[in-house]
Amino acid sequence: MQSKMKESDPILEVENLFASTDNLPILKGVSLSVYPGEIHAIMGRNGCGKSTLSKIIAGHPSYNITSGDIKFSGENINSLEPEERSQSGIFLGFQYPIEIPGVSNLEFLRVSTNARRKFLKKEELDTFDFEELVKEKLELVKMDHAFLSRSVNQGFSGGEKKRNEILQMALLEPKIAILDETDSGLDIDALRIVASGIKKISNAQTGIILITHYQRLLDEIEPNYVHVMADGQIIKTGGSDLALELEKKGYEWTDNFVKET
Amino acid sequence: MVNENLVKDVVKEPYKYGFVTDIETEKIAKGLNEDIIRLISQKKEEPKYLLDFRLKAFKKWQNMDEPDWAGLGYKQIDYQDIIYYSAPKQKEKISSLDEVDPKLLETFDKLGIPLTEQKKLTNVAVDAVFDSVSIATTFREELAEHGVIFCSISEAVKNHSDLIEKYLGTVVPASDNYFAALNSAVFSDGSFVYIPKGVTCPMDLSSYFRINSGDSGQFERTLIIAEESSSVSYLEGCTAPMFDTNTLHAAVVELIALDDASIKYSTVQNWYAGDEEGVGGIFNFVTKRGKCLGKRSKISWSQVETGSSITWKYPSCLLLGEESIGEFYSVALTNNLQQADTGTKMIHIGPKTKSTIVSKGISAGNSINSYRGLVKMGTKAAGSRNYSQCDSMLIGDQASANTFPYIKSQQPNSEIEHEASTCRISEDQLFYLQSRGIEFEEAVSMMVSGFCRDVFNQLPMEFAAEADKLLALKLEGSVG
Repeated sequence: MQSKMKESDPILEVENLFASTDNLPILKGVSLSVYPGEIHAIMGRNGCGKSTLSKIIAGHPSYNITSGDIKFSGENINSLEPEERSQSGIFLGFQYPIEIPGVSNLEFLRVSTNARRKFLKKEELDTFDFEELVKEKLELVKMDHAFLSRSVNQGFSGGEKKRNEILQMALLEPKIAILDETDSGLDIDALRIVASGIKKISNAQTGIILITHYQRLLDEIEPNYVHVMADGQIIKTGGSDLALELEKKGYEWTDNFVKET
Repeated sequence: MVNENLVKDVVKEPYKYGFVTDIETEKIAKGLNEDIIRLISQKKEEPKYLLDFRLKAFKKWQNMDEPDWAGLGYKQIDYQDIIYYSAPKQKEKISSLDEVDPKLLETFDKLGIPLTEQKKLTNVAVDAVFDSVSIATTFREELAEHGVIFCSISEAVKNHSDLIEKYLGTVVPASDNYFAALNSAVFSDGSFVYIPKGVTCPMDLSSYFRINSGDSGQFERTLIIAEESSSVSYLEGCTAPMFDTNTLHAAVVELIALDDASIKYSTVQNWYAGDEEGVGGIFNFVTKRGKCLGKRSKISWSQVETGSSITWKYPSCLLLGEESIGEFYSVALTNNLQQADTGTKMIHIGPKTKSTIVSKGISAGNSINSYRGLVKMGTKAAGSRNYSQCDSMLIGDQASANTFPYIKSQQPNSEIEHEASTCRISEDQLFYLQSRGIEFEEAVSMMVSGFCRDVFNQLPMEFAAEADKLLALKLEGSVG
């Protein structure tokens, strides 16, 4: 389905990936390539493996790759630690951002940003310079400065947690961002803020994978490709109209699809 | 799981103070009896009242049983197999630091406690105790200008005998408990501090305790007296070499605060903890107690306990003076087979007294970490209040954490509040931090320092940084 005539090399290539957790197979041969500037949407029922795919790309230790490869900028990253993946430019926006009591959000964001900057051989930022940078990025997600002095995600509302994720994405300037159900639990206003934040951060060099159940995020951010997953496989790939059709007909419509090869 | 092992690696602690100083020492024979006690007293040229104090304590000790209520598991201590006095040989009388054996100065330099010039920059006066004796106390002249006395307790016995006779054993009586009685009989050295009326001590005072020899116990005794409207901040650090035998450390600390006086006592305890199999390490049985004798007096204990194979200590406050305040802030980190049973006793005797307890226990490996505390409101403690918060953090699934809060109130017009929580560093939290580029070790240490922040905020600036580093060091491992 994807054009083979791309001008640049892919940022991310997932090649025939099989993965399991506790010996239970979850991914059963997933292949996916994301090129610079592309937005991909992955849709599918709960339990189809979408979230697992995103966690495996980010390096979650609970999953084992049984076969297949994940390549980032042409390099195999199967065995890299999660922090190495992040530092080199892979970002996972969590469906359920984790609360970390006692660790200040500001310090967390600073350490995280500096880890990425160090990898990019950029100067690490001290508290004052970081304040400047973070202020600018807060604007993007319309977050109040007061969020910075609280513990990471602790006591944040669902919408605040998601905006904090996008703030992290803005600070880390990843090459590829996988946003796992970033739209779930958001009201319409928050959804617009998050969507416009994502659009401002992304550019012709970045790739984005949106994992979602709903068309409404895709109304805000139009994908180049839509993939439908079922039972650990991508069973259909199409353009943005596929999502619209899916919205109309429901997942039952996809039940009879044969995996496209 | 992969991560479970990583956590175990990370909490493996490299002990950086495990070296032994090769120095000629004067040791007496092993064993404990009246003659040994007379010998110690004689070596220290003590007045008769002190020898009597020791002998009386020894008699009491002989009739006491080693306490077992904390349920700690350890090999029976053979009290006859311990050397009760060990001192580095040096010239009889030392008039300045220049005369201290360079090997000793070097030892303290290596421990990060430079006794010479550098220390001036940090504005902390230090009393350095090596095995059984104090080898040097810095900044004495500067302190004397303010009337502050800071010296070893042996010197205080010689030069300020009236104060020693008046206060020694008044907060922790010799018969208080088994280990206090033992200490009272055989104590060798320690620090003495006297802050005169109305004086705010111009610099932090600090004692650094170093156990060097493997077969001698350390029994130091510290006495701090803060006269009316005076204040002092006192810091204490401890390290020991790595031996495969256990060394007994049984100290007694007594604090006395008169009207409007305030004493802040901070400890970073990093005695050798034994190896991964629990071989070796210091047995740390310590009695620390402060008496808020005066109105509006305040005693604040803060401690960071990371070392020792066994820690048994309950820095406490007797709140006698009206509106006096007691505080206890504690971080205890245990790993491998370490056992810590620590907490406090806040005894509210006077009216309108207040106490605050914040305890943070972190247990990793197969260690056991318990908070044990007593809050007591006496019949006259009307209008008194206590607030306690005891939090435990578990790392891995083999460690255990316990909280034993005892509450006794004989005064209906008083408030006691207790909060407790237990948490575990979860794989999801670690993954979240890692997925933001933060290395595994740093992620663990960020969460641990976050957990301890309420206590670290109470430590003096320099100490807070040191404590943070120490915990990070303890959590440093072979990852990556």
